[in-house]
Amino acid sequence: MGAFETISFRPELCDGCNDCMSACAQAKAQAADFVHSRIQIVPSDAGYELAMCRQCGDPECVLNCPAAALSKDADTGVVAWDASKCVNCLLCTVGCTYGGIVFDAPAGHVIKCDMCDGSPACVQACPHGALKHLTTNRIYNEVGDLEDLFVPGLAGCQGCNTELIMRHTMRRIGPEAVVATPPGCIPGMGSVGYNGLTGTKVPVFHPLLTNTASMLTGVRRYYKRIGRDVMAVALAGDGGTADVGFQSLSGAAERGEEMLFICVDNEGYMNTGMQRSGCTPFGAWTSTTPVGERGHGKTQDAKNLPLLMVMHHCEYVATASTAFMEDLYDKLDRAIQAAKRGFAYLHIYSPCTTGWRFPSDQNIETARKAVETNFVMLWEYDPQGGLRLTHSTDKPLPLAEYVKVLGKFRHLSDEQIAHIERTVAENVRFVKGLAAGVPVAVARAGAAA
Amino acid sequence: MQTHYLIVGASHAALSALHAIRMADSEKDVTVVTRDQNLPYSPTVLPYVVSGRSAPERVHLRDENYFSELKVNFRRGAAVQNVNASGNTVRLADGEEIAFAKLLLATGAAPALPAIPGLTDVRFHVLRTLADAVALRNVLPKTQRALVLGGGLIGMHAAENLSKGGAEVTVVEMQPHVLSGYFDADASGIIEKVFAAKGVKLIMGNRVAAVAAAGEGCHATLADGSRIDADLLLVAAGVSPVMDFLAGSGIETDRGILVDDWMRTSAGNVWAAGDVAQARGFFDSGKIINGILPDAVGQGRIAGMAMAGDAGAKPYKGGVPLNTYAFFGQHAVSVGVQEGALDAAGLEVQKQLDAERAQYLKIVLKEGRLAGIFGINSAFDPGIMWELILRRTDLSDVKQAFLDSPQKTARVLMSKTWR
Repeated sequence: MGAFETISFRPELCDGCNDCMSACAQAKAQAADFVHSRIQIVPSDAGYELAMCRQCGDPECVLNCPAAALSKDADTGVVAWDASKCVNCLLCTVGCTYGGIVFDAPAGHVIKCDMCDGSPACVQACPHGALKHLTTNRIYNEVGDLEDLFVPGLAGCQGCNTELIMRHTMRRIGPEAVVATPPGCIPGMGSVGYNGLTGTKVPVFHPLLTNTASMLTGVRRYYKRIGRDVMAVALAGDGGTADVGFQSLSGAAERGEEMLFICVDNEGYMNTGMQRSGCTPFGAWTSTTPVGERGHGKTQDAKNLPLLMVMHHCEYVATASTAFMEDLYDKLDRAIQAAKRGFAYLHIYSPCTTGWRFPSDQNIETARKAVETNFVMLWEYDPQGGLRLTHSTDKPLPLAEYVKVLGKFRHLSDEQIAHIERTVAENVRFVKGLAAGVPVAVARAGAAA
Repeated sequence: MQTHYLIVGASHAALSALHAIRMADSEKDVTVVTRDQNLPYSPTVLPYVVSGRSAPERVHLRDENYFSELKVNFRRGAAVQNVNASGNTVRLADGEEIAFAKLLLATGAAPALPAIPGLTDVRFHVLRTLADAVALRNVLPKTQRALVLGGGLIGMHAAENLSKGGAEVTVVEMQPHVLSGYFDADASGIIEKVFAAKGVKLIMGNRVAAVAAAGEGCHATLADGSRIDADLLLVAAGVSPVMDFLAGSGIETDRGILVDDWMRTSAGNVWAAGDVAQARGFFDSGKIINGILPDAVGQGRIAGMAMAGDAGAKPYKGGVPLNTYAFFGQHAVSVGVQEGALDAAGLEVQKQLDAERAQYLKIVLKEGRLAGIFGINSAFDPGIMWELILRRTDLSDVKQAFLDSPQKTARVLMSKTWR
């Protein structure tokens, strides 16, 4: 059994317009009466709630059916109802604790969501984005079939998303690769290996913090010379990219060396004791920007490393988040292609449960909030198309929803929060300005004419 | 032969237990034996086989592939003769002995035959197995006058189907109302009226005192002396657990096999679930046979998880009576207990009755919590109501909203509490 498509509901975006129910009743019964809708929006004091089939993994309605009329489709995950077998006993409605399968009295039988064969009418009708059709399962099913190029049992901190990033990217890149992991969490959790054995199933090496991109330059050039298309991949932290490693990175990008440089940004030197880096944001606690009588966290803003890479005219630059895996995967695919032509740079945000101090089950949610408050922005760049935002910045959540859940920001004063809010707003305006501007390729053509 | 898990029975409790076992343990041997000759099916579907709505070959809950894919040894036509719990063996009717490490008894129930003089000498039908249903279906076309003993769910389902098939049907029920296990007099009254309008004769508060053969059929004498002639007699006077094979096993029984909150019997290596099990009642201090499909599924899961040592297993919360009943295109739902089953302290009952439109809704609250909800042609989600009862959700803050609009209010509670 693989992962399945699903419909997600975000009550905070719902205004009770009921367009979804109209669309469902129309699609399923060609009628206007909401009684025929398989999605039911229920108003409550605090907003809107949802009664709808969850397409459960282990559905109770199926076990409760005496007539074998309900079954879980192994390919689509939809709990399917067979009208020709149903005897209208309604025992399925006893089994469901979600109001997901109900008796439609005018129709004379039970009704439930069937996901409209993969294109749900309710989602298309929702004008507020409260309903979403999640198809990320495609990725997990595809990637599940690819070979995992790391050994089992990497020793990352509980709740860290870096292992997910490493395993997914390398599965996608495939075995024709050489991986460089400069000092940081990634080699630290065992990818380089122990006792003379590597933690990967491809060649891996451990450069200095300073020379990752230089060494990969040589690796790629050597393989090219002997006629092999081997991808040179860096899996580096933000320190090894933005600070100590920047000189060789900048040089390789400037020369247009063919490689894929992935920066896993956890906003500091987290594996060596949580020191600040150039990517640590303003106000954040680290062990070298302590909070006490005089110190109130970092006093400088973070440098915007991915934008610096744009200014190197790289073949491809993008930011990505593990809360938006479809987006991450699109970018990864483009970065892999670009790395065969020139320098590709992927900047992936990695909330650090240990160093940022938040519960270990909240990593993806934290990553999502960072994006939805515009604290980080998702975009991609290439010389032909210029810079494109890949996630809307127009209706951000309040910044407090992000900073308040992180221990490293818990001490922030109102002034500090106001400072971060200003920085975020500036950043949004600046990146949007770049997105609206002239792509480099067009500028070059104009100058040539 | 030898097996780690042995499951006796192949209906809902057994299948649910098997599913739970294989979720936790994909390796150890599982053997399922059933006395029936068919692939697994549900007794609940049988009235629809009688009516022709369900084809007998399309009611199977699992096929052979299901068992072979799960590496389960599934054996039909294998009845258990006796259980030797201390010796970890079961003897089948054909003499074969099966050694087990863990045994689940999910043998269900069989029709209870009332002690009516003459009953053993006449031809009659019961409805518990697929063979029973096919036999009844086959005689349906030539049935002119049918007599149904018992106005419970099986009797009423059968009466409806016999009537739709063109027979003149009489139902005799000892209680003053039909379906008295699930509905009060007002609700049963609505159902009775629908049946009467369809030409089904319901005789309540009476019983059959004697039956005698008359040609192909029989004639019955009621307690009040009246006489009914019928060419088809269906006995639907309740069921009793199938546990005769436990004689001498030392496993404790009462009306059913006594089990604890993990569905374990008095023998440490034997579990029981479904219609054969007598477990803690949610509203009762004693143990009850709940005898309903959704509870069989739940009990089977608990038993299976307990047998496989699944760390996620949760104990049984107690049997809540509930059922759904569809009749002549209308539907009745019963979740929980009637007010009469509870002591009066903190009891609140709201009843809305529209006999003309055949609509009925009764809500029973006990100390601000839901104890029962009963409806005829009334929309609410029985699964959500059941969960509100099991969780003992306090409705004090939303009581009026709940009484006014139980479906919406319960859905909001669901969303806030367990979505």
